[in-house]
Amino acid sequence: MDLVSEERINSMGSMEKIRFVLEGVKSGNIVVLEGGLTSEEQMNLIELTMAEVNENFPGIEMSGYPSKKGFLNMRRKARLTVIGPAKIMRTMKKEKDLISAVISAF
Amino acid sequence: MKSRKRKGILARLFRVFAFRKKTAKIGLYGPPNAGKTTLANRIIHTFVDENEDMGVSTEVPHETRRAVRRGGILIDLRSKSVQNPGSNSNPDSKLKRERAKLKLDVVDTPGLATKIDFHEFMAYGLEEEEAKKRAKEATEGVIEAIKWLDDMDGVVLLMDSTEDPYTQTNIVLIGNMEARGTPVIIAANKMDLSDATPQRIINAFPQHSVIPISALKGENMEKLYEEMARRFG
Repeated sequence: MDLVSEERINSMGSMEKIRFVLEGVKSGNIVVLEGGLTSEEQMNLIELTMAEVNENFPGIEMSGYPSKKGFLNMRRKARLTVIGPAKIMRTMKKEKDLISAVISAF
Repeated sequence: MKSRKRKGILARLFRVFAFRKKTAKIGLYGPPNAGKTTLANRIIHTFVDENEDMGVSTEVPHETRRAVRRGGILIDLRSKSVQNPGSNSNPDSKLKRERAKLKLDVVDTPGLATKIDFHEFMAYGLEEEEAKKRAKEATEGVIEAIKWLDDMDGVVLLMDSTEDPYTQTNIVLIGNMEARGTPVIIAANKMDLSDATPQRIINAFPQHSVIPISALKGENMEKLYEEMARRFG
């Protein structure tokens, strides 16, 4: 599991961030981002993931806490995002303040 | 991404200060098997031609793997009596009906997903090669659905009322629409099923219009059309 600090995430551009996450997940890691990804970044991650899906990599599981809206609802700050390989993450459930993941080695 | 954010702010200002388009391009979005194609067919059968279908809906996920656009649909509740056995008419529905007119292009999109495993298709009886082919097409379909978002004037997000609505794809889609300033209506579909709980969707997304419907049975459709005319017209 990779726990990535907000400082590290903020030092990257959007595409760099997404590529970093996807490479980590394709290597079999669960990536937890402090600060998280914005919804636009998450949509780009889904798009990029779909381009890389194959027989051995069926995709990702992703969850996170909802972003907080800023001034005039224009700035949205994500809080935390968890992303993992769909092949090993059987289920990911989210409650108000709790994200649970069931992980299988098979 | 920055340009998309700028577009969102500009779109909001545009909606406030400028005129509205004569024809709205409306995307039917949602996870696989939420009933997008069933809703698209229901709209066509009601307002265009009872014998025309936009697509085929089956129980196999990702049946729609290419976005399909049908232009020039006039939703006019003043001239059309909509079959609506589950309707709960409210006191101002007559007033709403007087305004409920909307010309739109409907885009039926492939289901959004974060994973596509060909083994899931084999569980529905597909041969391995066919399942792999379908999985490949389904991934392309998801990308296509995302690309179409840039062109939408409004989105009807379909959710299955028997499923947990709080999935990341639903949240991401709503977040993107909010960032772009694109209006969203959530259709809580499959309300006719005994284990349907549309209230769970209403509770999950209190800041959005949530209309419980059954696209298959045609229940509560009038309310959805009224809301579409109000939000997208």
